Amino acid sequence: MDLYEYQGKELFRRFGIPASEGRPASTPAEARAAAEELRGPVVVKAQVLSGGRGKAGGIKLADDPADAERKAEEILGLDINGHVVRKLWIEQASDIAKEYYLSLTFDRGAKQVLFMFTTEGGVEIEEVAAEKPEALARLHVDPLEGFQPYQARRLIYGAGVEDESEQKQIAAIVQRLYQCFVETDAMLCEINPLIVTPAGEVRALDSKFTVDDNALYKNPDIAEMRDPEAYPPEERAAREKGVTYVKLDGDVGILGNGAGLVMSTLDVIALVGGRPANFCDLGGGGDAQGVVDALEVITGDPQVRSILFNIFAGITRCDVVAQGILEALSQIAIEQPIVVRFDGTNAEEGRQILAEAAPPNLVVEPTMLDAARRAVELAA
Amino acid sequence: MAVIVDRDTRLVVQGLTGREGRFHGLRNRDYGTQVVAGVTPGKGGQDVDGVPVFDTVAEAVDEAGANTSMVFVPARFAADAIYEAVDAGIGTVICIAEGLPAHEMLRIYNYIRPCGITMLGPNCPGALSPGKANVGIIPAEIFREGAVGVVSRSGTLTYQIGHELTQRGLGNSTIVGIGGDPVVGSSFIDVLQRFEADDETELIVFVGEIGGDEEEKAAAFIETDVTKPVIAYIAGFTAPPGKTMGHAGAIISGSSGTAQAKKEALEARGVRVGTTPTEVADLAVEVAGARA
Repeated sequence: MDLYEYQGKELFRRFGIPASEGRPASTPAEARAAAEELRGPVVVKAQVLSGGRGKAGGIKLADDPADAERKAEEILGLDINGHVVRKLWIEQASDIAKEYYLSLTFDRGAKQVLFMFTTEGGVEIEEVAAEKPEALARLHVDPLEGFQPYQARRLIYGAGVEDESEQKQIAAIVQRLYQCFVETDAMLCEINPLIVTPAGEVRALDSKFTVDDNALYKNPDIAEMRDPEAYPPEERAAREKGVTYVKLDGDVGILGNGAGLVMSTLDVIALVGGRPANFCDLGGGGDAQGVVDALEVITGDPQVRSILFNIFAGITRCDVVAQGILEALSQIAIEQPIVVRFDGTNAEEGRQILAEAAPPNLVVEPTMLDAARRAVELAA
Repeated sequence: MAVIVDRDTRLVVQGLTGREGRFHGLRNRDYGTQVVAGVTPGKGGQDVDGVPVFDTVAEAVDEAGANTSMVFVPARFAADAIYEAVDAGIGTVICIAEGLPAHEMLRIYNYIRPCGITMLGPNCPGALSPGKANVGIIPAEIFREGAVGVVSRSGTLTYQIGHELTQRGLGNSTIVGIGGDPVVGSSFIDVLQRFEADDETELIVFVGEIGGDEEEKAAAFIETDVTKPVIAYIAGFTAPPGKTMGHAGAIISGSSGTAQAKKEALEARGVRVGTTPTEVADLAVEVAGARA
């Protein structure tokens, strides 16, 4: 789960990492009130779960409360890479002398936690890695040994920070960021830029924060930070029903069991010339109610013109899925044609059930490839 | 010989008294796997259809001679269960349970690795050596004995490919599901190494998906260390960046972890990549035919 900048900063502050003071706002009037409280010039920042906010006009300096209100009006409703701005973060404007970069990520390859630090902050880290790799200090932390203070020194000297006061402040931030990363079960904590003010104060000017969905049960306060409205309505409905669903932009609705098989089904749809409308995994169970819920979510997307069921049953049983399909057809009006492919446990029984009920608008195909072709034809 | 599970596997099921643990534990036994014990704290002394249940894994090792554990407990107890198994002297841990926090798995990985423990999962379908042993949830009836080793991150996609192989008359030495989480106990390379050393395996089918760079690393390993023919498949060409596609690990971060990059890495090392499960099976037949 990705957090908004302001939520990430809230967690930073909780662990003693300095960040500028600010207030959330969702209307121009709230932005004005926030600016009045904060005093002095402020920055009005769009809160969206996407990068590229600055370039898209989602971050603006405001001289006074009236200006903050105007800027808020301009930014609210903006579309930034498909995310509509509904929330703002009004923050005290910072004077910036230097921009650094500090992050902690999960290094899946090395199976360790990875620190990255550079004094070349403020730009995409991939650019620094590609163009000035010598400026990027990288350091792995053994998760069993945990963070050791020398590691902060390695990063600081490695990146060439010479000012003693900066060194001290950054060492503390590095240590606290590790603590924050581990205790919130984060997958990514990125501070870009980590600024140094003209007065020599080091603090986080931005935050990029991703937490592990599997660990949210341990951190209920972070789980509550999820903003349901940040996701497409179909994905929201899916989450409520416990359906694993990702919205895509095509017209063939896909249901399958197992993440790998569903991904493969999307690819096969594309290979035979179609465009998948979604990723939807029924999971291991595939009981009748699960099928009904998934079909409701999929048909909630107005772009869907045909639906493909691709089931390879292991634990799942095809007869149960077949009953689920019939159940769904009796409960909800589904106008789109449905193509079904069954293999594995009780596939024959499943086909039998569908053949006997013979619902209109439903065809059964013998293989994954045949079914994909048919579903694409029917969507055309 | 087969890899990871075979006739010498003596299985303890952690969570045997639960609904899923019981169902699959007994199914594994019916297949011929030696299921020697179950472990559920507080239920020691009971039995599940004749399989003795112990309070601790240590007892299951001492009294029933268990050497392999299948973890079927809820996610929040799974890390503890894995440590318990390893500390009791279990050499192979197969964690079917899904939903383990990645940080916990990271610590487990770094703990078990120096001990030489073999681990599959979490969030994996297990391992099946047809005719010998099945540990996990793979539907054994789809597969038959043979010489194709299959390693995959995914369950049902493996069944799909296994099914297509079976239809073309090809059987399997072992089918290994390593799991779909960001950090899993065994990498593709670990399993490729075993298939390379296994005298029953003549051909390897390797099924990857988006996310991470294990497939790229495996590609380099195949070039230098694998003499047996390898055919690959990668799922997720149509996956958008930044979205988790069902498996916690199946996510394209920025521009890294794409299916296209993985395919290119494999092809650059001379590995043939099928574009559909059907084509993978066709390629396997072609290679097996050429070797026969």
